[in-house]
Amino acid sequence: MSSMTTVTHPAGPSAATLIGERPRIGALTAESVFIGRSFRHSVRDVESMLMAVMLPVMLMLMFTWIFGNAIDPSGGYVDYVVPGIILLCAGFGASSTAVSVSRDMTTGVIDRFRTMPIRSGAVLTGHVVASLVRNLVATAVVICVGLIVGFRPSATPLEWVAVFGLVALYILAITYLFAAIGLAAGTPEAASGYGFILLFLPYISSAFVPVATMPEWLQPIAEHQPITPVIETIRALLSDAPLGDEGWWAVGWCVAIIVVAAVWGAWLFARKAGRR
Amino acid sequence: MPLAIEAHRLRKRFGRTDVLAGLDLAVPAGTVFALLGPNGAGKTTTVNILTTLVRPDEGTVSVAGHDVLARPDEVRRRISLTGQSAAVHEVLTGTENLVMLGRLSGLPVRDARDRAAELLERFDLTDAAGRRVGTYSGGMRRRLDLALSLVVAVPVIFLDEPTTGLDTRSRQELWAVIRSLAADGATVFLTTQYLEEADRLADRIAVLDHGRIAAEGTADELKARIGGEVVELRDESGAVLAELPTDGTVHGLRAAVERIDLLPGAAAVGATVAIRRPSLDDVFLSITGRDAVSGPESTAHETSAPELQEAK
Repeated sequence: MSSMTTVTHPAGPSAATLIGERPRIGALTAESVFIGRSFRHSVRDVESMLMAVMLPVMLMLMFTWIFGNAIDPSGGYVDYVVPGIILLCAGFGASSTAVSVSRDMTTGVIDRFRTMPIRSGAVLTGHVVASLVRNLVATAVVICVGLIVGFRPSATPLEWVAVFGLVALYILAITYLFAAIGLAAGTPEAASGYGFILLFLPYISSAFVPVATMPEWLQPIAEHQPITPVIETIRALLSDAPLGDEGWWAVGWCVAIIVVAAVWGAWLFARKAGRR
Repeated sequence: MPLAIEAHRLRKRFGRTDVLAGLDLAVPAGTVFALLGPNGAGKTTTVNILTTLVRPDEGTVSVAGHDVLARPDEVRRRISLTGQSAAVHEVLTGTENLVMLGRLSGLPVRDARDRAAELLERFDLTDAAGRRVGTYSGGMRRRLDLALSLVVAVPVIFLDEPTTGLDTRSRQELWAVIRSLAADGATVFLTTQYLEEADRLADRIAVLDHGRIAAEGTADELKARIGGEVVELRDESGAVLAELPTDGTVHGLRAAVERIDLLPGAAAVGATVAIRRPSLDDVFLSITGRDAVSGPESTAHETSAPELQEAK
């Protein structure tokens, strides 16, 4: 049996370490550390950074220059399509959250955090905040490119604030959903696959063409799915048009999705972490 | 001597499988303890219960003086876990990985940086400190992974198969580190499939079989349990064809030699017979009735030690 040395040991320059306990961690320290970690991930992942900036530019140019005149020969399509491109890009940008969360859950990273006296769910907070910031930047890129190719919004400053507020809420909703998908998926690849379905939702909405031009059986779906009120609200705000009750529907849908995804995610997190 | 880890009658069932079937453990503080067993014996489940990750269905367990089930956060302040897959962040540098863990362990940024530099030095990673972990070799990742669990020098360190998948050199480097941890006064609880690893590192070894401790003691005590010498048959090239344990008596030895004489290969040109002291492989075989690799189907009375090593 080895000797009982409990304090310091003079063996070499490095070994002199007091055996002790982890100090108590300050409130929100874990959250801020994990947010920093997710930011670094975002910024250093060159491919997804390029994607986050290039995708809005490409989509914006494609929809206005290639499809635009066919859909609306008067040249006003760019004003119609900007909200749709914002949501489409936010969806793509948030989808990487599913992969990041799944990677954390399947590589043993989460086990180490869960054996430390911290709120390990803060890992998810980090991913969500990073996604929010990343996609707000992408939104700004969409709007800038739009302005260059002829987008002429007539929103008041207050309406602009409302636009960014609603876009932020939408990003949060879809990010929470992708985070939950990441928790539910067995591997990062599967997470990426499941998430793909969500990315098609904007096409079946009023994002790119008016719902009235769709087949009759599709219209009720397109009309009542969550993305349509969000699109209509942003569009009305940007063109300083009357809002009706679409705004309430938009906020309601986003909040409902956040609540459902958060509850589902919390349940998955507890179950998954407890099983292994 | 105070106990760092104490578990009584731990049971855990996943679906219809009893992974742990009444496990008892008592690990004195400041010792290296090896839990030895084949894949699927319940080693990782045991570690997960001891490190607060999984709740047992039944039983009591305390680590570092605190009840794991009642006070998990008190336990978490005094343990560290290095799991089977390296829990490192590939897009972060070695230093960033360590500073992050330091911050999460409650160290101020400055102290976290100092500690990171100190650990990088100790694990021979100073040259790679500013490089992203994605560029590290397997051995470097494992060293960083271990360094991460030592950011705060906690009293109880858990290592789940720390050297699986490493080459011989990296493995020996890691062994040296594990010995130095014990020399610093920490309690080290490690799981391994490698008998040699348990033999080299551990003060005490427990053999886990079907969710129970089948035998426990020092390496010498375990070897003594099977008593007598082992008779082995080698072919011309020196490869072991068969090995038979004996009870150490003249009669037993003669019986073993006679059995060997009947084996195919015994009559071949250049075949030799030798007698040696038992190894931990033999102990494992005699305790569990099978070798460490093949699992329950194999009776494997003639499996040789070199084969055991190579199969992994």
